[in-house]
Amino acid sequence: MRWWPVFLRNLLVWKKLAIPSLVGNIAEPLMWLVAFGYGMGTLVGKITVAGVQVPYILFLASGSICMSAMNAASFEALYSAFSRMHVQKTWDGIMNAPVNLDNIVLAEMLWAAFKSLFTVTAILGVMLALGISYSPKLLLAWPVLLGVGITFSCLALIFNALANGYDFFTYYFTLFLTPMMFLSGIFFPLEQLPPMVRAIAHWLPLTNAVELVRPLFMDQWPANWLQQVAVLTVYAVGGFWLALALTRKRFLG
Amino acid sequence: MTEPILSVQHLAKHYGDATVVSDLSFEIAPGECLGVIGPNGAGKTTTIRMCLGLTVPDSGNVTAFGLQMPADALAIKAQLGVVSQIDTLDPDFSCAENLLVYGRYFGMKDAQIRERIPSLLEFASLTAKARAKPGELSGGMKRRLSLARALVNNPRLLLLDEPTTGLDPQARHLMWERLQLLLQQGKSILLTTHFMDEAERLCHRLLVIDHGKKIAEGAPRDLIKQYLEPDVVEVFGNGALALVDTPLKALAARVEVSGETVFFYTADAKPLMTALAAYPQLRTLHRPANLEDLFLKLTGRQIREDA
Repeated sequence: MRWWPVFLRNLLVWKKLAIPSLVGNIAEPLMWLVAFGYGMGTLVGKITVAGVQVPYILFLASGSICMSAMNAASFEALYSAFSRMHVQKTWDGIMNAPVNLDNIVLAEMLWAAFKSLFTVTAILGVMLALGISYSPKLLLAWPVLLGVGITFSCLALIFNALANGYDFFTYYFTLFLTPMMFLSGIFFPLEQLPPMVRAIAHWLPLTNAVELVRPLFMDQWPANWLQQVAVLTVYAVGGFWLALALTRKRFLG
Repeated sequence: MTEPILSVQHLAKHYGDATVVSDLSFEIAPGECLGVIGPNGAGKTTTIRMCLGLTVPDSGNVTAFGLQMPADALAIKAQLGVVSQIDTLDPDFSCAENLLVYGRYFGMKDAQIRERIPSLLEFASLTAKARAKPGELSGGMKRRLSLARALVNNPRLLLLDEPTTGLDPQARHLMWERLQLLLQQGKSILLTTHFMDEAERLCHRLLVIDHGKKIAEGAPRDLIKQYLEPDVVEVFGNGALALVDTPLKALAARVEVSGETVFFYTADAKPLMTALAAYPQLRTLHRPANLEDLFLKLTGRQIREDA
């Protein structure tokens, strides 16, 4: 439990800035949802998911909440973690105390996942208020979204370990996260994609997250949940392992 | 001799072709203040990092409190206090919060830390600044907060890496006074510094290192006696350098030239001072040999390229 005081440290900083940070974290995804969901939704009408007709806003909401989990976790584990690691040298200070690097990386991973969960919870609350879905299975979507946050925290920490400056993260966002946003069935069904692209999309972490969460919004059970959970777990465990190895290399030479 | 509180044996570290630390051994006795002096790049910080298990040595051995690094790194660090060269204070926290958060890293309970905070702030002369953030503090205050933070776990040994670099004389003297106080309380200190007066004032024993190697070790006064003549006469001004080619040279045991100044090292300065009276245009400074002379003698007067 040596990671816990490090987690608490981040929590204490965040508590001082929670309100502006919350506004930033949920305002943008909500604008997307309202503009696209209601605006485009009227043009698109209903969409067929696994043989069931759903309103476009439900389709979009269930996908975009996964995107929000991904973005919130990625931002925290990249920009914020990098500030603490490299700019403020907070990690160096902590390592002079009886807390080792592995504990710090674990704390940062769990912290980014927690922050992502917090954002997701706020957005879920607004979605409930808008009446987008009242599925009781949303209760289960909540821990699933925590898992999505963990997965993307682990992946982001790989790039944190490799970064020389904030600019480096632009590559990660423009080359990985943004294309993935469009290839994971958030804005339109994967069936629209050419078969080759679909084959790749099938193995992307965000696709698997969406395929777990969307049925829960529709009050259904995900058909291939075991496979999707397995894919996310591989990304999370593999990502964390690699992040740890690279961070150790960065610090211990 | 009592069991050393920290023992470093045959430590070595290379980065590629560059040797940073080479066969370095030293010990610190309980209650002792050991100063490590050496030019920039001599390996001081790397040595401290290896003592903390933050850099893995190529070979050699570090033990502290009878525990072995790196296997018992966490148990060792639980009894250490560290002030690193660069402040790592949390900019988002007040002074008191910095101490609270840091104490938690040692597994201390909040109540236990809160009880210690007033005395730690008082020790750092920061009681009035308890609610101020590091950004609002002067350089000296920040260093003292770093020192107070290093004391939160009531450590037995302090590792201080250039704790007074960049401070004005007032702030430096206050820091010295605090470190003296800690020594009186029986704490042991390992201190690196570029200030020879600091080393002489605080340290019981000095370790001079250069290019990662130990080149001298001993009490400050003993080292000066061992390596230097007791008196130095510095001569500078128009024509000072020409003195080197005059019979005056024979009046000193050793003559050194640095820039426009000639240094005469001698056991008896009287004949030299009398002879120098014939050169009224030159300025002279007669003083006892000090640690700075020793440092320059051992490590040379040249500016290092990497410095």
